[in-house]
Amino acid sequence: MITLKDVKAGQIVAVAKLHGEGSVKRRIMDMGITTGTEIFVRKVAPLGDPMEVNVRGYELSIRKDDAEMIEVV
Amino acid sequence: MGIKIALAGNPNCGKTTLFNSLTGSSQHVGNWPGVTVEKKEGWLKGRKDVVIQDLPGIYSLSPYTLEEVVARDYLVKEKPDAILNVVDGTNIERNLYLTTQLIELGIPVVVAVNMMDLVQKNGDVIDVIKLGSTLGCEVVEMSALKGEGGMEAAQKAVTLAQTHRAGELPHIFTSRVEHAIARIEESIQGKVDDSYLRWYAIKIFERDEKALEALNVSAGLKAHMEERIADCEKELDDDAESIITNQRYSYISNVVSKSVKKKSGEHRRSVSDKIDQIVTNRILAMPIFAAVMVLIYSIAMGTSITDGGFAIGTFATDWANDIFFGEWVPNWADSILNVLSVAEGSWLYGLIVDGIIGGVGAVLGFVPQLLVLFLLLAILEDCGYMARIAFIMDRIFRRFGLSGKSFIPMLVATGCGVPGIMASRTIEQDRDRKMTIMTTCFIPCSAKMPIIGLFAGAVFGGSPWVAASAFFIGITAVVISGIILKKSKAFAGEPSPFVMELPAYHMPSANNVLRAAWERGWSFIKRAGTVILLSTIVLWFLQGYGFVGGRLQAVEDNGSSLLAAIGNAIAWVFYPLGWTGDMAWKATVASFTGLIAKENVVGTLGTLYHFLGEPGENGEKIWALAGADFGPLSSYSFMIFNLLCAPCFAAMGAIKREMNHAKWTAAAIGYMCLFAYMSAMIVYQLGGLFAGAVRFNLWTVVALTALVAVFYLLLRKGYQDEKRFRRMSSVDTKIK
Repeated sequence: MITLKDVKAGQIVAVAKLHGEGSVKRRIMDMGITTGTEIFVRKVAPLGDPMEVNVRGYELSIRKDDAEMIEVV
Repeated sequence: MGIKIALAGNPNCGKTTLFNSLTGSSQHVGNWPGVTVEKKEGWLKGRKDVVIQDLPGIYSLSPYTLEEVVARDYLVKEKPDAILNVVDGTNIERNLYLTTQLIELGIPVVVAVNMMDLVQKNGDVIDVIKLGSTLGCEVVEMSALKGEGGMEAAQKAVTLAQTHRAGELPHIFTSRVEHAIARIEESIQGKVDDSYLRWYAIKIFERDEKALEALNVSAGLKAHMEERIADCEKELDDDAESIITNQRYSYISNVVSKSVKKKSGEHRRSVSDKIDQIVTNRILAMPIFAAVMVLIYSIAMGTSITDGGFAIGTFATDWANDIFFGEWVPNWADSILNVLSVAEGSWLYGLIVDGIIGGVGAVLGFVPQLLVLFLLLAILEDCGYMARIAFIMDRIFRRFGLSGKSFIPMLVATGCGVPGIMASRTIEQDRDRKMTIMTTCFIPCSAKMPIIGLFAGAVFGGSPWVAASAFFIGITAVVISGIILKKSKAFAGEPSPFVMELPAYHMPSANNVLRAAWERGWSFIKRAGTVILLSTIVLWFLQGYGFVGGRLQAVEDNGSSLLAAIGNAIAWVFYPLGWTGDMAWKATVASFTGLIAKENVVGTLGTLYHFLGEPGENGEKIWALAGADFGPLSSYSFMIFNLLCAPCFAAMGAIKREMNHAKWTAAAIGYMCLFAYMSAMIVYQLGGLFAGAVRFNLWTVVALTALVAVFYLLLRKGYQDEKRFRRMSSVDTKIK
């Protein structure tokens, strides 16, 4: 299983499935990361975490811990 | 009856700009009851019968964040007559996500597509008429920054509010889900206003606990509806919340593809991306961040411009303290009191000049510096850099349960804790904000410097290590507290994800920035007029009056004041900290007067020892005397206690204002005092034992226990281990 956490900067992936539950999952979905959405990984923060992704045309910062819940293809 | 219009939209959509231009100077800023979320309302310009209620910036109407709950409660319970929904045209998909939820409320909605100038500049086209007919509401174009279209949008909302006409609700979900929702609607019919029926039905489908609670449904009905939901979930092989969110977004993608024409490919580089290539660059990000911080610090709080520095803030505050509240105001008061024939030396004169002007003036003197600082912070926030600070600092701060944005309050607190606490307002997460407020005051502020300086000079031979250790202690206190609090029950409850938008950079608007700075400054001034005023009067009285020969009267000598009597009476409390013998009550009294302003600690010690020694011109003699009386170990424990304990009244006022909750305020201040007490005791008892200055006693055991307790609190598994919780749930989903 590949998660968003493992994706290198500059790559484009699509969301396969969201794991987890409750507020964390809902928040990620609310921000537009839903099944099938394209995610472009822009960069990783200077200290190695969080990462910056482009989703639905805007820039989003997400921690690697949370990115781990997003299964991608 | 007036008309109520709610202003809703995502964060960073230009809502504040629109609100400012719609309401002008009629704004009222406060807090939503009991929470730290800011509440703003005002009249529509030229229409005193129309109230615009600004809702917090939110992405969704989910029940999870404080802002969302506040907005939901307002929309459902206060029932505004219309909603004006601001939508960022350059980021329309995610913005419309909230729109679809607002429309479901059955309240007339006007969608104002903002930043149309940017949309056009990008070469994109938004067909607002098509958008409106698909969504079933009015859609208008707007550019809030240029002042175009905002008033028209508001007028449309007023017209709709008067006719009470909500649009036809669009069918967003697939027929299977719509069917389930329709069945739930039937089940709850009659329990809510018909116009809210669909909203509640969808919320119940999502298993929204808060919505269910509000409806007060019977257990049987609940089980019945649950069955419908479970059926639907099984058929669609996903949980209800995900089904709704996914379908909402697919609906929006569909709407957008029909009514919005984008010029070029998805991941083109905008100006903002180009700026970020440098600003959040792997190598350059930290130096740039450091440079920005140094710049802010040196403008607001560094060396005053009169002393060769850049700090306008320090200059202005020096002037306010020394000239305005130091000479002008006392002189004015003096001449007014003379006219009223209040004699110098009378109690009324003392109360007004020494008590009120001296006390409140010391606090208000900070205002110019605060305004400069808040202005700079507002610029950082408005232009979009604040989000980048959180992005690059998050890694460090979240280890202590704080936010990347906590850096700024901490930095500011080295100058003064009050703006430090108030700067925490830029932190979105409620939990992070509260923890930042609780820990910021551990950082030694400029008013605590004299305390450090006094003991460094008088006891430790001017060693620079004393000041360095004070900062070290402050930072350690923040780190330890962060970790302890993070694991405590009150903070560990809901794991809060850090999913944050990095908004596009833009030129800050002068109007927004000035307003934001003034709002914060003004709330500080209001505090000074109430809590701080009262506290300073009480302390002034206790300090200046005492029983002499059985009669309450003004006393010359602090030593015979009521405060000294209280100090004497409770000095035993500090016995375990090594405050023993004759210095005990003086140290206690000095700590108390430090509550007015930390500078007073040194001032009080000066006065108290002044009466004992030769009242010579040379102050050093007094300090030498104090130093000898305290002794090195007790001096250090005194210093630690005063650096970490409850801050001055101004800062406590700021804590109260920002927490907006009596219990949280008390918890924060209580925690600081307890932490200070424990730290000082551990250092005195255990440090003394090692150095051979303190014998093994009962308190050694207590201190040891406290130390062990701190280690336990630091190392224990948190109240609810976030990561494990999540992993398990993801495993669960896989098994399903």
